[in-house]
Parts: sequence; C-alpha cells; structure tokens
Amino acid sequence: MTHILWDSFQPATALAGGVLIGVASAILIVMIGRIAGISGILGTLMQRDAWAHHFAWGWRVAFLGGLLASPLVYQLFAPLPAIELPDNPRLIVLAGLLVGFGTRLGSGCTSGHGVCGLSRLSPRSLAATLTFMFFGALTVFVMRHVLN
Amino acid sequence: MLSILFALLAGLVFGLGLILSGMGNPAKVQNFLDFFGTWDPSLALVMVGAIAVGLVAFAWARRRKTALLGEPMQLPTATKIDTRLLLGAAMFGIGWGIAGFCPGPALMNLLTFHKEVTIFVISMIVGMLLQHTWARK
Repeated sequence: MTHILWDSFQPATALAGGVLIGVASAILIVMIGRIAGISGILGTLMQRDAWAHHFAWGWRVAFLGGLLASPLVYQLFAPLPAIELPDNPRLIVLAGLLVGFGTRLGSGCTSGHGVCGLSRLSPRSLAATLTFMFFGALTVFVMRHVLN
Repeated sequence: MLSILFALLAGLVFGLGLILSGMGNPAKVQNFLDFFGTWDPSLALVMVGAIAVGLVAFAWARRRKTALLGEPMQLPTATKIDTRLLLGAAMFGIGWGIAGFCPGPALMNLLTFHKEVTIFVISMIVGMLLQHTWARK
C-alpha cells in the first residue's frame, strides 16, 4: 500500500530546481549546440578521441567544473541539504559499477535521456527512461519490501 | 572562449538545480522510486519543471543548423530502440535503485568529500571504462 510522504513532499523547490536544470540544458543547446547528458560528458572525457580537439574537451571540462563548484556556491547562500547513502560500501561499489557501465551501454542517464531526450520528444529516450524508472522502482521494491 | 564560459555557467546552474530540487540526496531519490512503500512525489515535479523549459529550447534548436555562438547544432541522430539501449537502461536503473545516485548528483556531490560519494564516483568511472573496453572487442 502506497503511503505518500507529505512531510518531505516539497513541490515548490522541486519544481524550481527542475526549472534550473531545464535552464542549464537550454543554455548548453542554445549557446553551444550540445546535449547536457552527464554520463555522456564524463564518459567521453574517458576516451582518447575527446582530447584531440580543444573545443571537444574544453566545454565538457568547463561544464563539469561548474557542476563540481555548485555545492560550494550554494553554501554561500544556504546550508547544504543532507546526503544519505546506503552504509554498506559493497552495495555502493556495485551500484556505481552498474550506473557507469549501464549509462554508457544505453547512451545516457537521467539527464541525457530523461531531461534532454524527453524534451526532444525522442521515442528512443522515452523507452530508455521508462526502462530505468521501472528497474529503479523494482530494485527499491525488492530491497525495501522483499529482502528487508 | 565565450562558449567555455557558457558551458561553465550551464554546469553551475545544473548543479544548483540538483541541490535545490532534492535530487542531490540519494535517500530522497529512493523514496521517489518507492511507489509501493513510502512514496515522495517531489521528483516528478523536477522532471516537469526541467522538461517544460527543455521543450521550448529543443523546439528552437531543431530548426537551427548552428547554435548562437556558432558551433554546429549536435542533436542525437540515433533512433533505434535496441537491446543495447534497453539492457544499458536496465543496468543503470538497478544501480540507481540500489544507491539512489545517478551520474549528475553523484558528481555534483564529489567536493562535499563524503567517503561514500567518492566510492560511488570511482566505481562509476571504473564501470564506464569497463564498458569502453568491452565495446572495443
């Protein structure tokens, strides 16, 4: 039975944060014609080809630099929200490996397929998004309600 | 040079959006994915907000050959829904469910120096490199 967490449901900040993510993706595509897909940006930098041309690595490194700096900037105005992860390091390693391998194999993650792909009305990205949402929900269901 | 500055700005705004929205906290993401338990619907609104802006930007981009700063418009051309796409998305979904982290929030949190975040990011990079090696065979 679904129990909605009304106490932690924050519609205003969720929507505002989403708009900022949309604005960031819009800046990238409108100004420099590139897709804000985080796994693609990071993964491409792990390949030699990206370093052959200075624009190809330059915008990616700059984007990641901005992303890494964001909590430091946020901290100037408000305290950072808590981060809660599973306390089993082996689970974190497994999750990281699956996320890294899976996003490269499937050519995208929540940002590339979920935000940019759905905004482009791409059926391929819709298929990917429904798939990772389904398996994400299934995994949480099994971990929380079957195993535990 | 100007394009590098805009990429930096985009990364910064993206990260601020993740923090503000709550996507930066894995436990909140897992509550969003917990449809049959304690469900936190907040993150559906993150998608609504992001896509509302994205729809306008990409509708404009589709009609252009070059972006405003002169770079060629590089929209994805792949359309095939194949095993590779679905298998990759499924693996990603399972990892996302286990830890509550997808690549953006994980990287965004890297400089907060939580040990768990560092472990996740290193594992994710190893996963990417394994995929690249495997794909080359």
